[in-house]
Amino acid sequence: MKITLKVWRQKNRTTKGEFKTYQHEHVSPDMSFLEMMDVLNTELIKKGEEPIHFDHDCREGICGMCSMYINGHPHGPLQTTTCQLHMRTFKDGETITVEPWRAQAFPVIKDLVVDRSAFDRIQQAGGYVSVNTGGVPDANEIPISKNIADEAFDSAACIGCGACVAACKNSSAMLFVSAKVSQFALLPQGHAERKERAEKMVAQMDAEGFGNCSNTKACEAECPKAISVSNIARLNREYFSAMVSSYKVTVGGGE
Amino acid sequence: MKWLIDLFTSSLGRKLLMALTGLFLISFLVIHCTINAMIFYNDGGTTFSHWGHFMGTNPVIRTLEVGLVAGFLIHIFQGLLLWKRNHQARPVKYSVSKDPKSTWYSRSMGLLGTLLLLFLIMHTSHFWIPNRTHQFTQGEELPLYNMMFEVFSNPWVVFFYVVGCVSLFWHLLHGFASAFQTLGLNHLKYNGIISFIGTAFSIIVPFLFALMPIAVYLKWIN
Repeated sequence: MKITLKVWRQKNRTTKGEFKTYQHEHVSPDMSFLEMMDVLNTELIKKGEEPIHFDHDCREGICGMCSMYINGHPHGPLQTTTCQLHMRTFKDGETITVEPWRAQAFPVIKDLVVDRSAFDRIQQAGGYVSVNTGGVPDANEIPISKNIADEAFDSAACIGCGACVAACKNSSAMLFVSAKVSQFALLPQGHAERKERAEKMVAQMDAEGFGNCSNTKACEAECPKAISVSNIARLNREYFSAMVSSYKVTVGGGE
Repeated sequence: MKWLIDLFTSSLGRKLLMALTGLFLISFLVIHCTINAMIFYNDGGTTFSHWGHFMGTNPVIRTLEVGLVAGFLIHIFQGLLLWKRNHQARPVKYSVSKDPKSTWYSRSMGLLGTLLLLFLIMHTSHFWIPNRTHQFTQGEELPLYNMMFEVFSNPWVVFFYVVGCVSLFWHLLHGFASAFQTLGLNHLKYNGIISFIGTAFSIIVPFLFALMPIAVYLKWIN
């Protein structure tokens, strides 16, 4: 296969980037998109040019690193991660445009690499269950219905890749945050901190400068882990009920 | 009170305001459409004027009208503010966007809303503003039924009213179900019925509204 690649090249956070076109003559239809990029980069290195920087890690669809916006879709035309996208998806001689995720909250570090640490900060704000030390509890000690266990598991399948933000016309992070809130809100272990969690994670999401959800459902359609927008409705419920009912205990006495 | 301000200035709270005011405006559309549809009785405006008089003079309705104006203003200003913020959230746009996996009207609520705002300005300056001004200064209502024939004798006005109704159709088609999702009312047992009612509502109400200027212009009503 022969492919024409239009790739976004940007030196660092502050410089203005631009598209550069590359002719790729040696593409096998069985290559993954990342392998195709590897071959191109090897050629660039041989020619003494700067290789194209892109994020990648596991290459088996579970780490959520390979953030590339390919031909107008996050992770390309299929609902999968870029590492699981194969060149047979494209036509011989096709021009493929590759851009980084575009969002105020995801600044470009270099070429196709963006800084997704905003997601980490949202997670750190409340996306956890505080674990106290003690003996390991017995398995099945807390009964959880199969429906709920499955639903929590589906929410927990979110890999934090940021495709929802990239796909959303408003760069909203609602699908990510809602999945992270849901996986705990559904389970008894998460109930103790559910109000605090919803409030803090939403506050952090807003502070990072993501847009607002307008329910276009583009995120659900592009999510490689098929996270449902029913999580977003749950986040709305969790957040509103937390905001109207939470309170801080002020210790009396003294002053 | 800080928590209340925090709630309604958060991204989710602003959307909550959009959903609540949106559903309130939808309930207004039901009343507005029902009463205006009285012109189809074709009884020289007797039924229409009877209910028009009730809406224009009943103290409960007049009090609710203040809430309605507030609802419109909140929905409009909050919508414009959200539109601005959403644009700021993506300073550099994508160069390629093809085969999007969302409907065009769900992505164009700001545009459709702006068209509706322009329509609203035209519509209120035809009927509501002159009528209330006259009531306030002279103490009596204007003959709305006769004014309607005068206004809708201009084909351009009829055309812009129909454009307004088409915009309303697309705006409601997304807005109705979207409001429920924002309120967190999403359940496998009820999603189907919400979507069905939303679609039916967004077809029936704008269709009836559009029929009114057309029927008057084509003299189906006289």
